[in-house]
Amino acid sequence: MAATIQPKYMTEGEAGLSLAMFAGLLLCLIGAAGARDAAFGFHAYLGAAASAAALLATLNRYTSRDSAPVPQEIGGKPNYNLGPVKFGAVAAMGWGIAGFLIGCIIAFQLWAPELNLGIEYTSFGRLRPLHTSAVIFAFGGNVLIATSLYVVQRTCRTRLAGDLAPWFVVLGYNFFIAIAGTGYLLGVTEGKEYAEPEWYADLWLTIVWVVYLLVFLGTIWKRKEPHIFVANWFYLAFIVTIAMLHIVNNLAMPVSVFGSKSYPVFAGVQDALVQWWYGHNAVGFFLTAGFLAIMYYFIPKRAERPVYSYRLSIIHFWALIFMYIWAGPHHLHYTALPDWAQTLGMTFSIMLWMPSWGGMINGLMTLSGAWDKLRTDPILRLMVVSLAFYGMATFEGPMMSIKAVNSLSHYTDWTIGHVHSGALGWVAYVSFGALYCLVPWIWNRREVYSLKLVDWHFWISTLGIVLYISSMWVAGVMQGLMWRAYNALGFLEYSFIETVEAMQPYYLIRAVGGVLFLIGALIMAYNLAMTIMGYEAEEPEAEARALTPALAPAE
Amino acid sequence: MASSAQPGLWKRHELFEKHSILLIIGILIVVAIGGLIEIVPLFYLKSTIEKVEGMRPYTPLELAGRNVYIREGCYLCHSQMVRPMRDEVERYGHFSLAAESMYDHPFQWGSKRTGPDLARVGGKYSDEWHRDHLKNPKSVVPTSIMPSYAFLDRPLEFDAIAADLKANRAIGVPYTDEMIARARADVAIQASADDPASGEFQKRYPNAAARDFDGDPKRVTELDALVAYLQMLGTLVDFKLYEDKQNLR
Repeated sequence: MAATIQPKYMTEGEAGLSLAMFAGLLLCLIGAAGARDAAFGFHAYLGAAASAAALLATLNRYTSRDSAPVPQEIGGKPNYNLGPVKFGAVAAMGWGIAGFLIGCIIAFQLWAPELNLGIEYTSFGRLRPLHTSAVIFAFGGNVLIATSLYVVQRTCRTRLAGDLAPWFVVLGYNFFIAIAGTGYLLGVTEGKEYAEPEWYADLWLTIVWVVYLLVFLGTIWKRKEPHIFVANWFYLAFIVTIAMLHIVNNLAMPVSVFGSKSYPVFAGVQDALVQWWYGHNAVGFFLTAGFLAIMYYFIPKRAERPVYSYRLSIIHFWALIFMYIWAGPHHLHYTALPDWAQTLGMTFSIMLWMPSWGGMINGLMTLSGAWDKLRTDPILRLMVVSLAFYGMATFEGPMMSIKAVNSLSHYTDWTIGHVHSGALGWVAYVSFGALYCLVPWIWNRREVYSLKLVDWHFWISTLGIVLYISSMWVAGVMQGLMWRAYNALGFLEYSFIETVEAMQPYYLIRAVGGVLFLIGALIMAYNLAMTIMGYEAEEPEAEARALTPALAPAE
Repeated sequence: MASSAQPGLWKRHELFEKHSILLIIGILIVVAIGGLIEIVPLFYLKSTIEKVEGMRPYTPLELAGRNVYIREGCYLCHSQMVRPMRDEVERYGHFSLAAESMYDHPFQWGSKRTGPDLARVGGKYSDEWHRDHLKNPKSVVPTSIMPSYAFLDRPLEFDAIAADLKANRAIGVPYTDEMIARARADVAIQASADDPASGEFQKRYPNAAARDFDGDPKRVTELDALVAYLQMLGTLVDFKLYEDKQNLR
């Protein structure tokens, strides 16, 4: 058939991205040529390679596509852009396994220090930030990006704004992860928790983040639905607040623009509070607000029930984002931070229990009229249990923020236990639930490959979590008590090393708990892979479920 | 969304739900408040900006050692902040003052004690103990779980150390022109026990110890730097002279 030849023009996105990637290529080559340290040179070459690849991919896409732009609607229905969502979902699963694995390794290193191998690249001090960044930013970040780009489209009933911009966000973000992770192993770190990536990685992330905000906001501006759905309030709060926190906490003076080392602008007590204003709100906005957005979409969707209370969502949204910001000082109780700041941090942390439980209640009560699904639907069960852990962690947190309690818990493994009950129980579980929902939808499968495997995942992981947190509770309280113990003669009872020795059995139990959690994640990866490839396991319950209408994405 | 059926005040929330820019502005205003109120006063309240007698910037060798400390993630297991509790003060020494970390970019207060607090470890152990401990912790503490840092016994890269001092000066650390000009030389002077120029070095950095920290007079190693840093921690302020009442917070 003869096709009419239509003139093809580069879109603004293609032209802009090509120019930007070309400029990036030049900049990275200049950086590599003048590099003061090996790690900077390595990263500059990585950047050059990534820019070149992106440039080629963009040009290739232009030459191989049709002249007509991608349609916004097909057959009267929105033509959703799912490519970047698929990439993010798969990346999340992969990074999750990597992050959990590194977590297991460092857990075992604390029990058996020979596992540090005496090499600089594998020591606990370098692997720990690899673990925290992998699970928070690589796993959590990709879950947030993938789900947010999906949810904003569906709830606005319009295709994602931007043509190549969504790909830039997803790939640019993952490139940031690669730079950060390789950097840690090479000793490139700013030395601030959860803000370890150095100045150039921070600058790159800022660029990616601005594009992310524009894609998300642009989609909202295109919406066919007049109201902005509650999940999108939480996603917006997450995106905008993380930008504020990231920029302020990462203000730094590079020693040279051709080197990896920089010195943070703040020092001492000022730096301490800026760091924990950032650190606690990385939890509050990255790990809470963003994942509450996920909860607000995926639980009602999966349960086929409306969100329980509109008014509750308004109250707890504004209260949560207001109060969370103040909580930073609870990381600094009894330090050289002024007392008034500690008291403010404690008070707001305690009050924060309320809006947090507001979110939990709103999510749980959405099951109202559908509680029986907890028996039959392990994916919904995962998400509901995540809310239970969320409630637990957001009660434990305020409790640990009380100065008297904190005087015992600070510096101990109780903090680690608290972090992981929130991270594994809430963040990971709601992520797993969302991914189990999302993957079949975006790959057009009826259901995940095997609901029975989801069950196995749930029970193995939950056992892992229970072992983790209970061992750390015991270890932490024990440490705190041992450090402050006096004998009958009025001397300190224990030397420090004796408290380290006492931790050994708990470190082992915790490591085993982590391994169980990792096994659960491997089961999930297998399940999702089989789902994507189109298989369905033969399960008697599956046939019973087939009698009920399959969950189809709403149009 | 049921907002159209909502009475009075609830209906007002539609303003945010229908106008994304207003929603974003609202969010930004709400999340900015707590940070401003808690952080800004720390830049002018006396107790957080006081300069305490004895405090001085890090010497170039100590700064290099501190950079090794940060690079290896030592702060992940060791805190540097003694709290004002009886058992803590007894175990570690005087509680830490804000002024003692005023030149720490970034601060190293730490959040975990897998190992002991190091805020006042300076002078508590010999250089030889530190060398043995860093190379093989179990050799001096049999049940230690600390990794081995034997690889630190390698030459320190300090040719461009002046640039680090310049960067610190740009963000408020009072390095003088003389300190910056002499930075590279000062590393070698401080890592040796009998350098003739150590008198001038001491004038630039009062109370700084100049010794062969790593036991190898022929080389300046990362071990030299790290031990020099560890050996000065908590030693700058003379608490016999410091008046606690001045520091009411």
